[in-house]
Amino acid sequence: MNQWKNFSKGFFKDNPVFVMLLGMCPTLGVTSSAVNGLGMGLATTFVLVMSNIVVALVKDFIPDKVRIPSFIVIIASFVTVVEMVMQAYIPALFEALGLFIPLIVVNCLVLGRAEAFASKNSLGSSIIDGLGMGLGFSMALTMLGSIREILGSGKIFGFSLFAESYGMLIFVLAPGAFIALGYLTAFINKVRKA
Amino acid sequence: MTYFIIIISAIFVNNIVLSQFLGICPFLGVSKKISTGIGMTGAVTFVMVIATIVTYFIQKLILEQFNITFLQTISFILVIAALVQLVEIVLKKVSPPLYQALGVFLPLITTNCAILGVAIMTVSRDYNLVEAVVFSGASALGFGLALITFAGIREQLDLVNIPKGMQGAPIALVVAGLLAMAFMGFAGMV
Repeated sequence: MNQWKNFSKGFFKDNPVFVMLLGMCPTLGVTSSAVNGLGMGLATTFVLVMSNIVVALVKDFIPDKVRIPSFIVIIASFVTVVEMVMQAYIPALFEALGLFIPLIVVNCLVLGRAEAFASKNSLGSSIIDGLGMGLGFSMALTMLGSIREILGSGKIFGFSLFAESYGMLIFVLAPGAFIALGYLTAFINKVRKA
Repeated sequence: MTYFIIIISAIFVNNIVLSQFLGICPFLGVSKKISTGIGMTGAVTFVMVIATIVTYFIQKLILEQFNITFLQTISFILVIAALVQLVEIVLKKVSPPLYQALGVFLPLITTNCAILGVAIMTVSRDYNLVEAVVFSGASALGFGLALITFAGIREQLDLVNIPKGMQGAPIALVVAGLLAMAFMGFAGMV
């Protein structure tokens, strides 16, 4: 398979968030600001790439019947690594993301790629697939986080764009997440089909 | 009284789907018909309560005793995965039509973050066993309430004329946003 196509499909053609609607929980839950979205995206990318590597390496040794539980254990191990590293080095982000870090383990995107791609393809393709999908996911989360941060508090990555008094609080709160993602998905779909 | 507050808080104020963003995949995926929504709620309630009880004991009797709480994520998800298999086997035998209706989403309860999320929240909030059971049951009901309300709205949406670009996922997300806004009205109640 063309490796560039394999890498770039995660950004646009098969974007995990806008097109495949995978990993919705962290997408909505942590994107109250651009930084949180980016942090979550990169943490997921790490887990995705590492689990794709291990799954691609061990796929021939795992009996078919127990492959899903085995994949989950592999993913959970890397999530634990991410959890401990983040707690040690970036405690502020760790606090902000909270419950959603251990929940990377149940992100359908990670298990989905392990099952649908890494368990059928070579090591090299699996790494590229994980990287592409992970970065596509990060891009989507950062986009959504930026939009919500700009609309909700008039800032982006913490820098003020508008006067202090500006802000539609609803976009930082739960309903804004759904509504912003809804319109963003509609927009991306429109562009994709055009 | 504390139980009452836990219940009201879990169902309305901090609704697990609409304000905590857990379990969004089944919320969007199996909400096309009210009947499947009810089945999904049943399966989730069953798995969630049992999973919370089992993980509670694992946390207290194994992880904390041996000082290996860092294994929480791995051990919890394994227990949940095993439980879901069990529910699947039982449901296949007891109620084949429901098993057919839930289809692909039953194995996906494993990756329903609401289950793992509630198990972890129970531990981090330091609930005792009774509170844990009440909390998980109420959370599952909250999930059901959101899911079934949403399914009702989506059944109506099938009948109206939606602009082409908004069909499918986008309109569902916007509707979920409005529903979340309605649930925000409960904020400050507890």
